[in-house]
Amino acid sequence: MNLKRLFQPQSMAVIGVSLTNELHPANVVYNKNHLRYRLPVYAINTRGGTIHGETVYPSIKDIPTQIDLAVIATKAEAVPHVMEECIDAQVGGAVVISGGFSETGMHGLQERLVAIAQEAHFPFIGPNCLGIFAPSYFDTFFIPSERMVVPDKGRVALVSQSGGILIDHMGKCAFEGVGVSMAVSIGNKALINELDMLRYFLEDPGTDVITFYVEGFAEKEGRAFVLSASSCEKPVIVLKSGKTSAGVNAVKSHTAAIAGDYDVFSSIMAQYGIVEAKDEYEMVAFAEALSCYKRTISGNIGIITVSGGHGAIATDICLSHGLQVPVFNEEAQQEIRHSLSPTVQNIASCSNPIDLTGSSTDDDIVAAARVLSRYETIDCIIMLLLPYIPGITMDLGARLSLLYHQNRKPIIAYVPHVEKYDMLIESFTLNNLPVAHSVEDAVHMAEAMKRYKRC
Amino acid sequence: MLRQEILGELQEAAARGWLMEPQAKRLLRIAGLEVAQFLWTEDINEAIGFAREIGYPVVVKVVSPDIIHKSDVNGVVAGVSDDAMLNDVFRKMTRIRGFQGIIVEEYIHGIELIIGMKVDQQFGPIIMLGMGGTAVELYKDVALRMAPLRQEDVESMLYSLKSYPLLYGYRGSDRINIKALTHMVLTFSGLVMECSERVESIDLNPVICNATRCVIADARILLARK
Repeated sequence: MNLKRLFQPQSMAVIGVSLTNELHPANVVYNKNHLRYRLPVYAINTRGGTIHGETVYPSIKDIPTQIDLAVIATKAEAVPHVMEECIDAQVGGAVVISGGFSETGMHGLQERLVAIAQEAHFPFIGPNCLGIFAPSYFDTFFIPSERMVVPDKGRVALVSQSGGILIDHMGKCAFEGVGVSMAVSIGNKALINELDMLRYFLEDPGTDVITFYVEGFAEKEGRAFVLSASSCEKPVIVLKSGKTSAGVNAVKSHTAAIAGDYDVFSSIMAQYGIVEAKDEYEMVAFAEALSCYKRTISGNIGIITVSGGHGAIATDICLSHGLQVPVFNEEAQQEIRHSLSPTVQNIASCSNPIDLTGSSTDDDIVAAARVLSRYETIDCIIMLLLPYIPGITMDLGARLSLLYHQNRKPIIAYVPHVEKYDMLIESFTLNNLPVAHSVEDAVHMAEAMKRYKRC
Repeated sequence: MLRQEILGELQEAAARGWLMEPQAKRLLRIAGLEVAQFLWTEDINEAIGFAREIGYPVVVKVVSPDIIHKSDVNGVVAGVSDDAMLNDVFRKMTRIRGFQGIIVEEYIHGIELIIGMKVDQQFGPIIMLGMGGTAVELYKDVALRMAPLRQEDVESMLYSLKSYPLLYGYRGSDRINIKALTHMVLTFSGLVMECSERVESIDLNPVICNATRCVIADARILLARK
């Protein structure tokens, strides 16, 4: 099944637009695309008429141009017929927003829809979904634009069974400055499922990292999914819900009793180098880190801080997450000390964490990072940067980015995420260095690289 | 490809839904796995003869199509040390529901492990390796992986156990034969891939490992429900 016209349409039709109810999901989709995007969009209602001065076509076949993407938002029982019309009109694919299928027990209706689509090799997403959000391109979400927190265009793909969770994740990405290549809610995943989305994004040149919110795979699809994910060059991050259900036939078999569904899931993700996120915060942090650094580290962290307390907390969190914070030998400590300015030299602590103190400046921070960048024993640097220290300037992100490009040693920054410090934060994000909103988050980012295994 | 002899063992047990210990062990032997020396008999004289041949102490276990967990009905007695005790244990076991004889088995000293498999709905056959024995469900010191396994999977499974140091010689104890264990797990993985369409779960518990060898002391195979 070719998904290109579905995900990269040159034209779009919204089927089921109401002539009287501006809040109808189809109207929301039509309006936002019509008013905000450049993709040609056409409205369809069997009664015809006009909307905002534009023609409403009675059927897909009445539209004078070839349609790539049909958004179907009619009543459930009308969807099979509408899909047949789309197939006849050689539409490239559909997003079925309408609910009222398997999720409400109407399995027969959903099976009919799948049979129609399969026979015609016609790809569709849903039913019972939000569909596709492609930043500054098009959007099939029936949520008014003003109610959405929209991330920038970027290189992380988000796939979710649940539309609500997807919206949440998009908001968190926006807040953390993580750009999104595409966000897709697959709903009942009657035809297009996680595996199809994985395969599509593996090939998509606009996507570097692929994230999934999964409630569960259909029978044996988990196996196909991990085998595909592990054979690719792109990091795959998975967040699973439903972690507590019990295994089958647990009374008779020890293996079945112990190997519950979630334990199996989690173990297999790790076995195949797929990065499992425990919650949405980890997921967004993992996505940010892996979109900047697509590599595996063994987990030896060098910490540079301007506050002793922050260094101690970061060390604790590293150790509790299975990362190491190796203490530097005397020779290394001397080298670090000599790289610092005279004022700081006498008061800094140069073991690991390196505490440069509140008297340090950009120059000290960059100097210490430069020394650590050359150490083989350290494979990632976490920098705890508190902009209330007067020596830190807005240039720091750019300078550290330069350092990264010279030595290729991953640098993760922590900067408190308050509006006041936005310029400093952007000096990292715009230079493609990950910046965490908490110390714990910075450690999560390092952990992501440890969990990710390239094939 | 499912080997003919293995298929035969599975078909024979199809009506019951699971393989009794001697049947399971026969199947495992065919698959190339090392199983403890045992005799399945309903004749006390034969039992005594075998026990003398392999040397006391021996382990005695009941065979019954009605009993899946033998320990729960006092169907396992370890450390049977002479003819008189064997006679006594035999007599008691004849009273267990569905009695179809006893197993007389060599007693092996070592660390008890579990090697198991189940067919997971989402991922297909998966393999479990960890600390075994009757308390396996209490400690849950196990590792899980999707089958088939590669050698590095087995290594990472062992490494991930809390009891990892015990296997490698902890405070004066002998290091177990890791090579034999790894070989057993990989052979088991091959068997699992071979029969995953017909089997729902397998417990090899305990697998007893010491410095010289790894041996399956008990096994349970549940067949897939049609």
